Amino acid sequence: MTTQIIKNKAIVEDDWLLLRPESGTAPESVAVPEGKVIVPLKVWQAQKESLQQRKTIGIWLASDERPEELKTELSRFQVIAVDFPRFADGRGYSLAFTLRNHLGYAGELRAIGDVLRDQLFYMQRVGFDAFAPRPDRSIEDALKGLSDFSVKYQASWDEKIPLFRRTNRKEKTA
Amino acid sequence: MYRYDQYDQTIVDERIAQFRDQVRRRLDGDLTEEEFRPLRVQNGLYLQLHAYMLRVAIPYGLLDSAKLRKLAHIARTYDRGYGHFSTRQNIQFNWVKLDDAPDMLDELAAVGLHSIQSAGNCIRNITSDQYAGVAADEVIDPRPYAEILRQWSTFHPEFAYLPRKFKIAINGAVDDRAVTAVHDIGLTVVHNEAGDIGFRVMVGGGLGRTPIIGSVIRDFLPWPHVMTYIEAILRVYNQYGRRDNIYRARIKILVRSLGSDVFAQKVEEEWAHLKDGPGTLTKEELLRVSGYFTAPAYETLPAVDAEVENHRQTNKAFANWLKRNVKPHRVPGYNVVVLSLKKPGVPPGDASADQMDAVAGMADRFSFGEVRVTHEQNLVLTDVRNQDLYDVWQEARANGLATPNIGLLTDIICCPGGDYCALANAKSIPIAQAVTERFDNLDYLHDIGEIDLNMSGCINACGHHHVGNIGILGVDKEGSEWYQVSLGGSQGNETAIGKVIGPSFAADQMPDVIERLIEVYLRERNDDERFIDTVRRLGIEPFRDHVYGIPA
Repeated sequence: MTTQIIKNKAIVEDDWLLLRPESGTAPESVAVPEGKVIVPLKVWQAQKESLQQRKTIGIWLASDERPEELKTELSRFQVIAVDFPRFADGRGYSLAFTLRNHLGYAGELRAIGDVLRDQLFYMQRVGFDAFAPRPDRSIEDALKGLSDFSVKYQASWDEKIPLFRRTNRKEKTA
Repeated sequence: MYRYDQYDQTIVDERIAQFRDQVRRRLDGDLTEEEFRPLRVQNGLYLQLHAYMLRVAIPYGLLDSAKLRKLAHIARTYDRGYGHFSTRQNIQFNWVKLDDAPDMLDELAAVGLHSIQSAGNCIRNITSDQYAGVAADEVIDPRPYAEILRQWSTFHPEFAYLPRKFKIAINGAVDDRAVTAVHDIGLTVVHNEAGDIGFRVMVGGGLGRTPIIGSVIRDFLPWPHVMTYIEAILRVYNQYGRRDNIYRARIKILVRSLGSDVFAQKVEEEWAHLKDGPGTLTKEELLRVSGYFTAPAYETLPAVDAEVENHRQTNKAFANWLKRNVKPHRVPGYNVVVLSLKKPGVPPGDASADQMDAVAGMADRFSFGEVRVTHEQNLVLTDVRNQDLYDVWQEARANGLATPNIGLLTDIICCPGGDYCALANAKSIPIAQAVTERFDNLDYLHDIGEIDLNMSGCINACGHHHVGNIGILGVDKEGSEWYQVSLGGSQGNETAIGKVIGPSFAADQMPDVIERLIEVYLRERNDDERFIDTVRRLGIEPFRDHVYGIPA
């Protein structure tokens, strides 16, 4: 079974399975199905020995988890997802930027959870290139959120150079 | 004054288009109120007791006559003919309809105004010295830096959903008129020993439920690093600030729980990734932005104007006004004129559309078209020649803007309180009015001298009550409105948090309470000692005893 996500600014079919064990389940006892699975960070850590044998594996981070200790193994993951438990929880933005900018993660970076159209522009700026919008909303509508603005003042992951270094800013004719 | 180029204009226009669509989706039911709320507040739109309130950002308190006329027009067209200037140098319109808001923003954008990030858990309007550029005690003009940071913080993608709101203030003068010590970040422009320009960086100050004076985490940050260093502070806060409890979510709580040394260390570690990177401010950009803040074409004037001196000698009302409402200017023959929005009978900080138009007219004729908003909720004409002072006074007086009470007891800082605000525990405007009526004798008022009376209708402290020499806080006791009084707070270079004197009072007791505090001061003061100095010398006890009727 596939679902739709937004990836590289287009709606595409997605065949990754996002594994969200019930809370309270011990990470070492979570059964990880075969195939393309995105597992919680804790499950990865608890079952690393077997999971690292797989050719394809993804992980997801909760908004209060830290990516720094993954630094040496980031290239193993085809997908890293960052969970937004509520859209107003903004930790995921800094997590994404840190993964990209400080830790050099170059694979797919996917926003999951309470992912809505009106936050997509900012998410794309900090380094997300894939989005799983909340399933009760139109994904076509969400896609529009990626093009809300054409001007960006400050640098982030998508635009490495701030406006003042990119352009020769002159005053608009009065 | 800064003027938008095509980039600034485009970004504001695109924001309005985005918001217009969000309003449409909300009205169509495609967005829930919970989803819509953060979007509308980051466009300055609050849902208050009676209607929506639109808070328009006035970046670092700077207006010109065209902007002010537009605000007057907005007040007439979309509100009930007035606006409220706030302690963060912004203006609030209290009677807004949701579906009018995008049109209001379109009108504002035409003159270079917006409401972006004037509310919500994001980086708010950056505030500064209301006398920037003209103050006699200015070291470095903070306005170019304030504008550079305004642009940097506008739609910063990472910092739109912070744990809580985030306020930055910049001061560039000897006297701190920007209340930097009680901001999330307080920047002071300074020189180091080599004469280079930089910033002293304070973090973690704040008022609200837990008032804290900020901690200095860097004595000297060279100016090119201002954006990258602040980015590092914000990234640490965004990741580690508490999100489980709204009352523990400000950066001050994080700084206090980590300790400012540990916090500073975390910032340094984060900054190491950014330092000297593309976010580093360039000399070219600083010069470009500074080019918008050049001095107007000042004339060479004598320091003293004989006619004004003559009026001063013969006209006591004019002399009072000169004494209280006219401040020194760095250029001889010019003056900074404060137009009081604290007239008896009018809510502090409120201005009618007609008053705004009148101020715009005065600015054009007497002050190079510029107007400032102060965090004490008054308006300022920055560049008035000596020879124009008498005309300005008469015109200000005709428009109810010449109450000679700047810095005095009736120059009350006051939030909108329970008359408008959905958060308030108690009304604040009627208390301010009752106190103003009690102290309506100008001679008495001038004799009392400098004193800050600050009042907030709830613990969120929009009226900065903690840093008032006398602070009044509205509290709710079993559904009725009471007022807690504190003493000894102060802003400026010796910022201090006031101490509560005891149990709270009913509304009708408040004028008597203030009167009794003043009685103690008048009895105990030495020579020219200000109220705050008497409180510092004696402590709060004699004041408390007199107010509560405890025999000495």
